[in-house]
Amino acid sequence: MEKKLLEIKDLYVNAEEKEILKGINLKINKGEIHVIMGPNGSGKTTTANAILNNPTYKKIKGNIEFESEDITNLKTDEIARKGVFMSFQLPEEIPGVSVTNFLKFAKNKVTGKPVKIFEFKDEVKKYMEELNMNSKNMERSLNVGFSGGEKKKNEILQMLVLNPKLAILDETDSGLDVDAIKVVSKGIEMFKNDDNAVLIITHNTKILHSLKVDFVHVLVDGKIVKTGGQDLAKEIEENGYTQFKR
Amino acid sequence: MSKTELSEVNRNIYDIKNKDEYDFKIQKGLTKEIIEEISKQKNDPDWMREFRLNALEVYNKLELPTWGPDISELNMDEIATYVRPKTTLSDSWDDVPEDIKNTFDKLGIPEAEKTSLAGVGAQYDSEVVYHSMKEELIKQGVIYTDMETAVRDYPDLVKEHFMKCVPVSDHKFVALHGAVWSGGSFVYVPKGVKVDIPLQSYFRLNSPESGQFEHTLIIVDEGASLHFIEGCSAPKYNKVNLHAGCVELYVKDDAYLRYSTIENWSKNMLNLNTKKAIVGKNAKMEWVTGSFGSKISMLYPMSILNGEGAKTEYTGISFAGGGQNLDNGFKVIHNNKNTSSLVNAKSISKNGGKCTYRSLTRINESATNSKSSISCESLMLDDISISDTIPVNDIRTDEVEMSHEAKIGKISDKTIFYLMSRGLSEEDAKAMIVRGFAYPISKELPVEYAVEMNNLINMELEGSIG
Repeated sequence: MEKKLLEIKDLYVNAEEKEILKGINLKINKGEIHVIMGPNGSGKTTTANAILNNPTYKKIKGNIEFESEDITNLKTDEIARKGVFMSFQLPEEIPGVSVTNFLKFAKNKVTGKPVKIFEFKDEVKKYMEELNMNSKNMERSLNVGFSGGEKKKNEILQMLVLNPKLAILDETDSGLDVDAIKVVSKGIEMFKNDDNAVLIITHNTKILHSLKVDFVHVLVDGKIVKTGGQDLAKEIEENGYTQFKR
Repeated sequence: MSKTELSEVNRNIYDIKNKDEYDFKIQKGLTKEIIEEISKQKNDPDWMREFRLNALEVYNKLELPTWGPDISELNMDEIATYVRPKTTLSDSWDDVPEDIKNTFDKLGIPEAEKTSLAGVGAQYDSEVVYHSMKEELIKQGVIYTDMETAVRDYPDLVKEHFMKCVPVSDHKFVALHGAVWSGGSFVYVPKGVKVDIPLQSYFRLNSPESGQFEHTLIIVDEGASLHFIEGCSAPKYNKVNLHAGCVELYVKDDAYLRYSTIENWSKNMLNLNTKKAIVGKNAKMEWVTGSFGSKISMLYPMSILNGEGAKTEYTGISFAGGGQNLDNGFKVIHNNKNTSSLVNAKSISKNGGKCTYRSLTRINESATNSKSSISCESLMLDDISISDTIPVNDIRTDEVEMSHEAKIGKISDKTIFYLMSRGLSEEDAKAMIVRGFAYPISKELPVEYAVEMNNLINMELEGSIG
């Protein structure tokens, strides 16, 4: 069986006419957890957005394959329906749309089948308990008036409910306290299995204390300059990114 | 970012045209002879005939409004003001002619009557073709009938209230209404009677180049309560149609009235409707309005808070597509102490549509310790659509609490990307954002109408590709 899930080949991306990614190569297999680390402005968020083809970011060169299919120029929703999910650094607020209704609608779209309402509710309830979420939030408007931590947990909840093949977590740990980070790690562990993969994008190493990862990539100035194991994260924690800068 | 083409509106059920068959259609235009002919056709009592002729004189003296949307394309010489359908008033759907009944069937009226309404009135062109109410309400003394029957059977009640709340001198189209009015509903809820299930009147204009001028008169007596729903629609013709109805509401002391409207006139309609409520001591008047149709709409429901402690709320949404100019809003006059008004107005414009929120809040010297809170929010779905807010606040006492908040926004690309990353197409994403925006209004509607409103929103946003 094909193990390869995502492959990025020699990807160049511009944002607002500025060259951000300058030849990224990355391969993620099923069953793996990858981490992209790098200083601010190195192109981490651009990488995540490029995978989901956010129209704000312009692809100049290279391509992206998902399950051996070229998804470089597919629309965002088509990519999402193929099984790619992204947890946002700053999740958007949608007034007047409850978390429940949103999740139901999205699940319908992603699976292409109508959601079985009772099963769905039980499933969501179980996840919310695991993530220490207040069940009252289910009827609140999506992300409206949520604290930073609540928004991030809500992203993890969406990941669990939509159950993608590849989950990209863009700075999900940033701005969270130690307890909240533990909850996020727990969510990732609940999600993770041999048939899916996780790509964590972060600029600090805190989340790696409570989570075992397979690969750490260091992204500096739009290029992956080093790839290693969990040890590489430790090295960055101690010495910072200066050693990788030219 | 890439823009999805949003198709022109698919109005499906609303656009079914029946053959322009009628029993009697008055010649186009507006003269004394025409008014007298309408009066004769309608078998008016003398006082009503004189009322009409007097209103015509007022009409001829008044000028068109010099503000708001341009309505110069309206030529009264081209409008037939009275079209009597080929049927008589009935209290059984079985007696309503097939094609007319089919129209109301498709609009879901008889079905709603069975499941969720206490009474229904249905008007087709100028006349009410169906009127019925649940037996227990009749026993409690509630009157719900067409306006002509009311003129005949309850002359004292009608004379005391008819065009007293909205006098013919109010503006040109009210005077026109006074001269040519036909159809509409009359409701009287006796003291202390609570009508728990809504009554609904539905107005359908089928005949081209004609006008609908229904008159709705509702009296909710002391301590009584009522929820009344009005629905309107028409198929699309190339020539202008005119709607100049009049709604007069009397909410007596300690009474409660909610007046809900789902307006979906076709996009050749000039909707120049006038609605006003007089609110008594500790009484409450609530307006809920969804305005989707019409080419031009100038509609500003008004609450006059006469009694001490009277309250009013206005919850309204307008949705303007290409070629539509919806100039809607709310007026409130605080005349007594401890009165309060609360406004929550929203508008959505797309494809070059224009929405204006125009309001008047007047707090008179006598209205000490009163409160007024206004919030209006607009959403524009593209760069060519227009949204405007024109509030007038006329505050004549210092002892008031007043707040006004206006927000104009666009759907951000970031929000669309967020939703698309969850598997929603761009259209789904936009529709979800718009439905959410409209939710504070749709949740105020009975559930079937909330569904209808969501369907209308989806229809408006439906793409050309599936």
